[in-house]
Amino acid sequence: MCIYTCIYTHNIYMYMCKSLTVATLNPQVKAVEYAVRGPIVLKAGDIERRLLQGEKLSFTDVIKANIGDAHAMGQQPITFLRQVVALCCFPELLSSPAFPDDAKQRAQRILQDCGGQSIGSYSASQGLQCIRRDVADYITHRDQGVPSDWNNVYLTTGASDGIMSILKLVVSGRGPSRTGVMIPIPQYPLYSAAISELDAVHINYYLDEDNCWALDIEELQRAYLDAKLHCQPRVLCIINPGNPTGQVQTKKCIEEVLHFAYEENLLVMADEVYQDNVYLPDCQFHSFKKVLYEMGPEYFNGVELVSFHSTSKGFTGECGFRGGYMEVLNMDPQVEAQLVKLLSVRLCPPVPGQAAMDVIVNPPKEHEPSYAQFTKEKSSVLDVLAHKAKLTEQFLNSVPGIKCNPVQGAMYAFPQIFIPPRAIQEAQSLSMAPDMLYCLRLLEETGICVVPGSGFGQREGTFHFRMTILPSPEKLQVLLGQLKGFHLRFLEEYSQEEPDSSRASEQPD
Amino acid sequence: MQLLSVLTLDTMNPAVKKVEYAVRGPIVQRAVELERELSEGIKKPFTEVIKANIGDAHAMGQQPITFFRQVLALCSYPELLNDSTFPEDAKSRARRILQSCGGNSMGSYSASQGIDAVRQDVARYIERRDGGGPCDPDDVYLTTGASDGIVTMLKLLVCGKGATRTGVMISIPQYPLYSAALAELDAVQINYYLNEEKCWSLDISELQRALDEARRHCNPRALCIINPGNPTGQVQSRQCIEDVIRFAAQERLFLMADEVYQDNVYADGCRFHSFKKVLFEMGPEYSDTVELAFFPLHLQIGSLYFLCGFRGGYMEIINMDEEVRAQLSKLVSVRLCPPVPGQALMDLVVNPPQPGEPSHEKFIKERTATISALAEKAKLTEQVLNTVQGISCNPVQGAMYSFPRITIPEKAVKEATDKGQQPDMFYCMKMLEETGICLVPGSGFGQRDGTYHFRMTILPPKDKLTTLLNKVKEFHQKFLQQYS
Repeated sequence: MCIYTCIYTHNIYMYMCKSLTVATLNPQVKAVEYAVRGPIVLKAGDIERRLLQGEKLSFTDVIKANIGDAHAMGQQPITFLRQVVALCCFPELLSSPAFPDDAKQRAQRILQDCGGQSIGSYSASQGLQCIRRDVADYITHRDQGVPSDWNNVYLTTGASDGIMSILKLVVSGRGPSRTGVMIPIPQYPLYSAAISELDAVHINYYLDEDNCWALDIEELQRAYLDAKLHCQPRVLCIINPGNPTGQVQTKKCIEEVLHFAYEENLLVMADEVYQDNVYLPDCQFHSFKKVLYEMGPEYFNGVELVSFHSTSKGFTGECGFRGGYMEVLNMDPQVEAQLVKLLSVRLCPPVPGQAAMDVIVNPPKEHEPSYAQFTKEKSSVLDVLAHKAKLTEQFLNSVPGIKCNPVQGAMYAFPQIFIPPRAIQEAQSLSMAPDMLYCLRLLEETGICVVPGSGFGQREGTFHFRMTILPSPEKLQVLLGQLKGFHLRFLEEYSQEEPDSSRASEQPD
Repeated sequence: MQLLSVLTLDTMNPAVKKVEYAVRGPIVQRAVELERELSEGIKKPFTEVIKANIGDAHAMGQQPITFFRQVLALCSYPELLNDSTFPEDAKSRARRILQSCGGNSMGSYSASQGIDAVRQDVARYIERRDGGGPCDPDDVYLTTGASDGIVTMLKLLVCGKGATRTGVMISIPQYPLYSAALAELDAVQINYYLNEEKCWSLDISELQRALDEARRHCNPRALCIINPGNPTGQVQSRQCIEDVIRFAAQERLFLMADEVYQDNVYADGCRFHSFKKVLFEMGPEYSDTVELAFFPLHLQIGSLYFLCGFRGGYMEIINMDEEVRAQLSKLVSVRLCPPVPGQALMDLVVNPPQPGEPSHEKFIKERTATISALAEKAKLTEQVLNTVQGISCNPVQGAMYSFPRITIPEKAVKEATDKGQQPDMFYCMKMLEETGICLVPGSGFGQRDGTYHFRMTILPPKDKLTTLLNKVKEFHQKFLQQYS
């Protein structure tokens, strides 16, 4: 008895003495939030496990409409890309009749650049040279001749890696001179997470929901001037096409932003991972670089601009490969040397991802054997996405209490939802954001997992959620139908004063 | 009018400026330049540059393992599952991996901690390796190569300011990822010296000395140890590992054990003991309390199978506070997931062809050839270098490198210092320019004041290695003569 007590006390003592606890953890880590894989997704995971264990719920599947992962939702990989990667992994296949010549040629070219002719070797920290050159050629062609120097191209481990590296480079100062980073609200929460982790200062500028989420220069200026009072604004981040909002910025707007950056001496980070995802016929992707070039040499040679792309989106959807690149313009050469040094510590980005990126920027040409199939697969993917974008927008707008801006591009809808005051109160009493309450209830009642707007940022008093448009058209129809059903029930539940009186649901302002 | 760059050396992150990573540093950049010059036909006193600076065996002409390549190809292009030239065991591995991927595709993001099925296989591997002691798959995190896990753990640990700033103990010499990560995170580096005279062994008294001194100006919270060593190659004895665990428990340090090269142990009488195994054999007083993170990151990926380019790896967390674990999971979620091809590869490494399976024989043959070649080269390297006056090389017990000590004459030290260069950097640069051989100076890894070393890999094919060693010998003799 005595011995038992001693051991018990001893263990308690030892337990309380862990050296690493939430109290002693890096406070910056504690500040990090990443809603896309946050609490609601953890809850969805729990529910999935319960379903697997045979628990009976009012639905049979969890639909993960929270993350921009196309393959997980059934989108097929592009054949040519996978052929090239397979050839790179197992070069014996170069003698197999099952592979077309153009795929073999691409693979051989990549392998020749690899140490020992194997994609198992580390590459240079900036990535394989032939791929960097291909990226530069792609950019030049995309921008109708605006020159791109392959030395400014860095292959990265997904776009997130490049974005983190640049932010790391820029953060300095203390107190009023601490680096401030301007980010759009709503934004993709990698940015806010990175800023928290690096202990830089968040500077929020609001996109204009009433104007299809356009960027408003006056709002940029307001945010900038407010921020100057307590930090040193040094970076302006912009996502185009937007995430979560899907808007495709006009050329004029991009020009104004670049002009602003030039005037206020800001480094511009242009996240263009959705550049191939533009759906509406009256919208067009304009690269920041091209617009900058057209503004003349003073701007083109002056503004520090970093542009990002990825293998995860577009029409290939190769998220798991973690491929990406960034193009760095007008960076001070000494700083660039520091960037190269920083990247060298991580040795190199995954080489299969580099190979995937190469196929995206160096696809089959018209005269090549794989061209027809490649083009067919690409169009098919993009057409379906455009169709689903329209379908989603239209459907959501037909639901009382939901208002959705046109999904011009990217992979998401970010509708505004009306949440009745009683629901807001309940959420507050539970110490959660009202749209989180909404999304949790949606998940629990229908198995649909979407991310609350509070995870991306939104104007005070407004509520949203982000859902992907990635499920198959059939599944999407079902999802939207269930969402509508839930929404109407939710409105009814929280709108009524008396349990049995009925009122028409209200439109948001 | 924009006059100044936003981003200059003065305005950039000062912590980044402090980062150094010798393994890919200035000497390697010069080596790459020389390669370019050679390819442009410029005459040099050598016909090729030999990059013996980095542990990348494919670059050194090693043959890859067929089975792994087959499975990776099958996973990338599942149409090949209908191809009769692929063996059944490769196909079944590929099917299992694909089934655990979203949409049955390697193109899907995985869970941020890594694919469940792979983590389970890793856990079983660990249990087999450590003789059956339990491993919870939830303690396993798949990572993007070596640095990812290490940096993530260090990120959790770093806090405080001034005298309370987190200090992390690292061995000197060390793999410069640690010093680079600490510089980037602005943590305090606490050096403890390995004992060169005793084959680079670890002295607890030296650990204590370093810790006591550090406590005066920072808050020491973690102890990093690399076993088998990099760059030194020593394999720590079991007693030593027990002593380190006791020390960490007593001083309440979070232990980070880097066991990357656990499969590269060559010398007779040396055996690899995993920290985890020793910990559990020390009983619950330690196994329930000591907080540990293991980084058998590359595992065999880098050292045996030479597939570093896939950036696969894992770490195992022991006794981490539950709330901290939630924070760790949150932190890794921001980067979504480690590369899925690397995760697939990890699965194959921990779950290779078994006896009775069609690919088993060929796999064992290829693997054995690689290990015995490495053991042979380890011995050869040590022997040849020890015949050179002014070079003294500890037995290369494990890992992939030799880290010999070199004498550098006073005259050369002075010339180096006048140039603002570390003497061993001066030495290595000269060697590069005169012989085309690229090594990493010991100053990149840390060493006792007044001593000089270089690190070279033992990876080149045997005939190339022999040539390389003879050239090193020749160069050293010339160097001594020139500066005597």
